[in-house]
Amino acid sequence: MSTQQVKGQQIESVNDFVIRFANVNGTGSASANNLFAKTIFRMGLPVSPKNVFPSNIQGLPTWYEVRVNDKGYVGRRGGVDIMVAVNPQSLAQDIKAVDPGGYFVYDSTKPLDLRLHRNDISIFGIPLTDICRREYTDPRQRQLFKNVIYIGALAAMLDLEFDVLKNLIHDQFKGKEKLIAPNIHALELGYQYAEENFSCPLGIRVERRDMVGGHIMMEGNAALGLGAVYGGASVVAWYPITPSTSVIEQFEKYAKRLRIDPGSGKRNYAIAQAEDELSAIGMVVGASWNGARSFTATSGPGVSLMNEFLGLAYFAEVPTVLFNVQRAGPSTGMPTRSQQSDVLLSAYASHGDTKHVLMFPSTPKECFDMGADSFDLADRLQTPVILMSDLDLGMNEHFSEPLEWDDSKLYDRGKVFSETELEEMSDRYGRYLDVDGDGICYRTYPGTHPTKGSFFTRGSSRDRYAKYTESSEDYVDNMERLLVKWETAKNYVPQPEFRPAKQSTRDGMIYFGTTTASAEEALDILSDQGLHMDAMRVRGFPFNADVEAFIEGHDRVFVVEQNRDGQLRMLLINECEINPSKLKPLLCYDGLPVTARWIVEAITGSGTTDNVVTFSKEVNV
Amino acid sequence: MTYHLPEFRHPDLPTNELGYTKKQYEGAISTLCAGCGHDSISAGIIQACFELSIEPHKVAKISGIGCSSKTPTYFLGNSHGFNSVHGRMPSVATGANLANRELTYIGVSGDGDSASIGMGQFAHVVRRNLNMLYLVENNGCYGLTKGQDSATADVGSMSKKGAANPFQPVDLCTLAIDLGATFVARSFSGDKDQLVPLIKAAISHSGFAFIDVISPCVTFNNTAASTKSYEFVREHIEATGKTDFIPVRQEITADYDPGFTQEVTLHDGSVIHLYKNDEDLDVRNRLSALQAIHKYKDKGEILTGLLYLDPDCEDLHEIIGSVEKPLRDLDEKALCPGNQALGAINDSLR
Repeated sequence: MSTQQVKGQQIESVNDFVIRFANVNGTGSASANNLFAKTIFRMGLPVSPKNVFPSNIQGLPTWYEVRVNDKGYVGRRGGVDIMVAVNPQSLAQDIKAVDPGGYFVYDSTKPLDLRLHRNDISIFGIPLTDICRREYTDPRQRQLFKNVIYIGALAAMLDLEFDVLKNLIHDQFKGKEKLIAPNIHALELGYQYAEENFSCPLGIRVERRDMVGGHIMMEGNAALGLGAVYGGASVVAWYPITPSTSVIEQFEKYAKRLRIDPGSGKRNYAIAQAEDELSAIGMVVGASWNGARSFTATSGPGVSLMNEFLGLAYFAEVPTVLFNVQRAGPSTGMPTRSQQSDVLLSAYASHGDTKHVLMFPSTPKECFDMGADSFDLADRLQTPVILMSDLDLGMNEHFSEPLEWDDSKLYDRGKVFSETELEEMSDRYGRYLDVDGDGICYRTYPGTHPTKGSFFTRGSSRDRYAKYTESSEDYVDNMERLLVKWETAKNYVPQPEFRPAKQSTRDGMIYFGTTTASAEEALDILSDQGLHMDAMRVRGFPFNADVEAFIEGHDRVFVVEQNRDGQLRMLLINECEINPSKLKPLLCYDGLPVTARWIVEAITGSGTTDNVVTFSKEVNV
Repeated sequence: MTYHLPEFRHPDLPTNELGYTKKQYEGAISTLCAGCGHDSISAGIIQACFELSIEPHKVAKISGIGCSSKTPTYFLGNSHGFNSVHGRMPSVATGANLANRELTYIGVSGDGDSASIGMGQFAHVVRRNLNMLYLVENNGCYGLTKGQDSATADVGSMSKKGAANPFQPVDLCTLAIDLGATFVARSFSGDKDQLVPLIKAAISHSGFAFIDVISPCVTFNNTAASTKSYEFVREHIEATGKTDFIPVRQEITADYDPGFTQEVTLHDGSVIHLYKNDEDLDVRNRLSALQAIHKYKDKGEILTGLLYLDPDCEDLHEIIGSVEKPLRDLDEKALCPGNQALGAINDSLR
């Protein structure tokens, strides 16, 4: 089945393709597939792996898609050029998913069902199970090495540098050296089989380039955890939930190395695994109130539970850092799939008039920077700061700029009176006195001064001296001041990033977070087709005047986001003085990261004057 | 309505070791109902902190929601207080304690706050052995919403509403002992002689100290048919014994009957001296404590006093190995690994 006549043109490409692996979860496939992605990266090429996995530990279908592109596009493109199908459960849909002219690699131990056969793609059978049965006796080894064997075969078929693969195996099994030789042997088995049976390389192949520079491959969650270490978080409280769990695991991993007190060997941090998310955020509020930098990480269901405390923190003005790694909702939704669907929940979490500062990172570098900065922002503004990541950004490795830290940087702890300042103070201290006119008042930490500066923190109304009151005037006075603070926040949140079109245009596009990479590729494709758009990437909430001006300056603005209801669009309409009909929603919410092709089709396939843009959905896994 | 504390102070008010008068441990005037048991507990906390010579600003007072949770305003006015979310005081106290282990943490809660909405947080703060005094002001009813039965109301007990409670009560003391609490006591707001030494011992205990204080609600649950009324409690109370708390460096001077005593030395060197009424009770033994509570309950009596104590426990900070210095006082040098370390991390990601 390795050689055949293919109807139509075969896909030919150097360094620009999409390969998808179809596996059974729990079989070790993700690490083998990551080996493939990392090899491309080490051959000097931008690469973007996406793990599409089930909410299950073992036995269900899982996919792993790798985008290789030497122009630097690292979002999902859409379509599949090469499919490596090693899961009989999903074989039928996997072979259908291959683009015409593409390549299909499968385990030919069991012959391919003739009804599934396609004559517009090239089909390659490798008897993976047979090879493993012959080579290994241990069932777990048979399962694990099957994955490594097809990576070896792909090395021959796509012209990967075998030495790079071998070095990666050496790196991966540092400390477990006896695993190195059998892994390399498995790679060789696959390589040899492909060399002997197929005409290698295929029409698609990889050539070394020098496009990586200092870039790294990192998961957003690891960057967030590390950002929190650098940002000075010392009290961490959490409750396990996919896809945010690894934020805390990575914080702990780095803190164990980098946050040990040299004198005592003890920890310069504390991690508490709480009984639920209510407790996790309560601990953060307690620690922050008491002057430590503290955070929690969660996902949508956790944010739902945290609403009451977020309202307290907003009203009582306690700095509170929350990393929200979004997943597909509502309710349990699709816990292992990605979405940007907690925008409104996070912006307005809790009862009464509340609104919260949001940050929208789009790369691991930005996760690190914003993760660290979120503590300055929360301390400065004395309010919750919610960093909006998602499963795609958090749990997939991304091609990212390297991380940097300015060693001269000092933490901005915001307005806090010290013991000396209290001692020298002649006026009466008022916790909620707006001394500077920016809506931000001076806090004191508990235990600072024997007779000055103590106050009562509460979620009930109080006067400027933190004294309980039910006076309407005092209540309104306080609520109005919180709005003054909200205005001040506009100067501190991350500012939007603009990407002007090559030609003057009245069309614009807005996107944020993980939509960015695909949106930017789509913009270039559209531009090549003569459709030019200025673009703005929103990076923070509240929106400042620049955001409004961008919308004001265009006749038609597409808002691309990964949720059903156009939540960023709603937030823009809610918060800005703009004409809502200008904002055209482009909504992809199937749980998989949006693709560049989808955005292009959604725009070009649409009527140009419709309020809501229709779109045709790509057939996805 | 505004209340003003009189500034007048007797010139010869006694002072403690630090030179503070009791006045400096007081708070705002209470707005609870006249005769509320909670006010006696606040007075007990003031007395205990004064006698222990704690710096009046080195306490963090944390509460949830309800009548009991209002009380931190009424004691230790020089300390910061946090009236947080209903049933969630334990999590706020946990975070606060993790941030700064040097302060004294007093959490005040009620039976609704701890035995209903906050049961989960109560259970888990016990498990973690957070170093704090967790004091429940237990009146068997929801005062602030006008007298509904709470989860600690006894079967058949009748509040002002007039209907006998049909549901099984939660006993927070037996629960705490089961969950691994390292200091458990029960007391009565009307028994200051018992309450004050218990509070002093609880604060001195290095770990989770729980005191369930029966504190009658004079407005909604002080009826003839209530088992949380002043009259009922006074008639049915049995003490484990008389507790003396002897701080570090102080000589034991009290007389006692040698056959009925138990001495427990706390982590900081202070001693709890229990003059036992019941020779079967061994406060160092969980099973003995549980048996004693149930024995008296079966007789229709309420056993008060120190019930259980494990002075040799590790608190949360010791369990997780955090530094001695308060985490909130760590600076950039201790917290931020710097750019060079980041370079190595970048390399590991290529």
